[in-house]
Amino acid sequence: MTTDALLSVRDLHTYLATRHGVVRAVDGVTFTVGQAEVVGVVGESGCGKTVTCRTIMGLMPRRGTYSGGEVIYHPRGDANLLNLSQSQMQQLRGAHLAMIFQDPMTALNPVRTIGDQLLEAVTAHAAMTREEARGRALGLLVRVGIPAPEQRMRDYPFQFSGGMLQRALIAIALASEPKLLLADEPTTSLDVIIQDQILSLLLELQRDTGMSMILVSHDLAVITEVCDRIIVMYGGQVVENGDTETIIAQPSHPYTRALLDALPAGAGAPPAGAGGPPQVGERGKLRSIPGSPPSLIDTPPGCRFAPRCPLVTDECRSWMTELLDAAEAGHQVRCLRHEEARRHRAWQASDLA
Amino acid sequence: MSQAWVMHPSEALLKVAERTAKRSSSTGRRRLVLIAGLAMLGVAIICFVGAPLLTSYNPIKLDVLHPLAPPLTGGHLLGTDQFGRDIFARILYGGRIDLAIAFGATSVTLVFGTIVGLVAGYFGGWVDNLLMRIVDLFFAFPFLVLIIAIIAMLGPSIFNMFVAIWITSWVSYARIMRAQTLVAKKQQYVLAARALGYSRLRVMFRHILPNTASSVIVFSMVDAVGNIILASALGFLGLGAQPPSPEWGTMISDGQNYILSSWWIATLPGVAIVFVGVAFSLIGDGLADILRPGDR
Repeated sequence: MTTDALLSVRDLHTYLATRHGVVRAVDGVTFTVGQAEVVGVVGESGCGKTVTCRTIMGLMPRRGTYSGGEVIYHPRGDANLLNLSQSQMQQLRGAHLAMIFQDPMTALNPVRTIGDQLLEAVTAHAAMTREEARGRALGLLVRVGIPAPEQRMRDYPFQFSGGMLQRALIAIALASEPKLLLADEPTTSLDVIIQDQILSLLLELQRDTGMSMILVSHDLAVITEVCDRIIVMYGGQVVENGDTETIIAQPSHPYTRALLDALPAGAGAPPAGAGGPPQVGERGKLRSIPGSPPSLIDTPPGCRFAPRCPLVTDECRSWMTELLDAAEAGHQVRCLRHEEARRHRAWQASDLA
Repeated sequence: MSQAWVMHPSEALLKVAERTAKRSSSTGRRRLVLIAGLAMLGVAIICFVGAPLLTSYNPIKLDVLHPLAPPLTGGHLLGTDQFGRDIFARILYGGRIDLAIAFGATSVTLVFGTIVGLVAGYFGGWVDNLLMRIVDLFFAFPFLVLIIAIIAMLGPSIFNMFVAIWITSWVSYARIMRAQTLVAKKQQYVLAARALGYSRLRVMFRHILPNTASSVIVFSMVDAVGNIILASALGFLGLGAQPPSPEWGTMISDGQNYILSSWWIATLPGVAIVFVGVAFSLIGDGLADILRPGDR
């Protein structure tokens, strides 16, 4: 799927100055997104997924945020997005990079109608007449599956259900035909059936328009269903990065393994047949990961997963972590013992069976 | 075993809900308050503008032969004051001055204060610090003293009174607006608007302002009444409308010496102030409802 890179993120750091100390929310994140590629970013709450997205969009608050590294949007040459001025970023946002948010209930302006906000988005980056804009807005609403769009344009956000709001938000995000859509947990606040509809809508739109997409989620099942490639984040770092098939078949970081074990059996496993409802308890108990994610203030050196890792050795606690190449091309792991971790899975699977 | 038929609880519930549904769905009812306020103000404005048609008396013409005539005597609908001037005519013509004060003084301070508050709240940092310290400067001074000082410097006249109000009373709007903006700018829809590449001005005026304007607009309705009373107070001190112009506050202060013997001189202009005040308040309440869809 990967052809030309659209967005390259290299060694991205975002530190937040807070009253309690410096939070190293994103601490060395590297990945690329290809043209028309869907990349999933998965990890627990507070592992830096949202901060990564907002840093790419230039939406972190100016005060108290310190970012380093490179974010390169290739259609715009070699300029580092982190160094662009506010007004230069403003031209990119919406028109090239768009973002949809976790909670559709709060992401729309409560005192303006859906139609008003959609028309604003349609005309924000392109000059057109009122009729053209209206036609385009209606077309977008039809495209995202909102019934009776003429009437719904006049409604206020509070008159929409969560799923409909997320559809409207998707329509607004796609109004200027962005090349890259960052979807920050777009289905987390929706129920499972709507979740499925929204995901298939996003995928459909992605295939139709040929845009790339970064799908952020804490739900590995969602990610495996939809994405070409998976980035697993832990403690502000990328711990594993590879094709969906590779990650599912041969998870090489103990954290990825633990995440997969924590899924209800049947969900996610073969990405093709993952349409059915997850069957809880079909194969043993769900395994949670003991311990809690590391504090990103005063982070100790060494592997950040070490305190929760079943394979931990003394060496793990002191090594300067880096992404190591695993057996397959394009598969990278931030683990000294990734060979053992992979075999460990095989051993445990047979043990359970 | 036979039992008297009783309404199933769900049916009773449905009936109650249906009744409420009809009530809340009629937008006319929700807007009734606003319509009532606008109607009252409209009637007042028509009367003030059409004053020459409603009364043949000249509001400043003295009639020393008929002073202190009670209402409904001698062809005077509302009586006359100590100089024999017709109160009804004075209230009508005075309404022009007082409504001009209410609109003129309030609209300028509303717009200016709102913009200052919006800018301070949205940009934050040194811009916010600078603007808010200026606001603090005004708040540190007793309001009326400051206004009196400004008018004293410029010379007493209605226009200078406007200037004094413009200079001093935008600060309340700036404070309210800044506080509202600080809350609104943390909302996700502002982040979403920025994510769409909207300019700062657009985010401020088309996304934050519609959400925060209701509080300053409602306050401005209270402030409009306050400004009428302020103008009255200044008239009483001889700093606002100058006699013999029929400004309501000046009329009240004129009548206070006669309040025990001729109650109508001070009371009837007071009633006029109350009438206009209630109209503004109703408009303020009605607007608050309409500006916040979905808020019941």
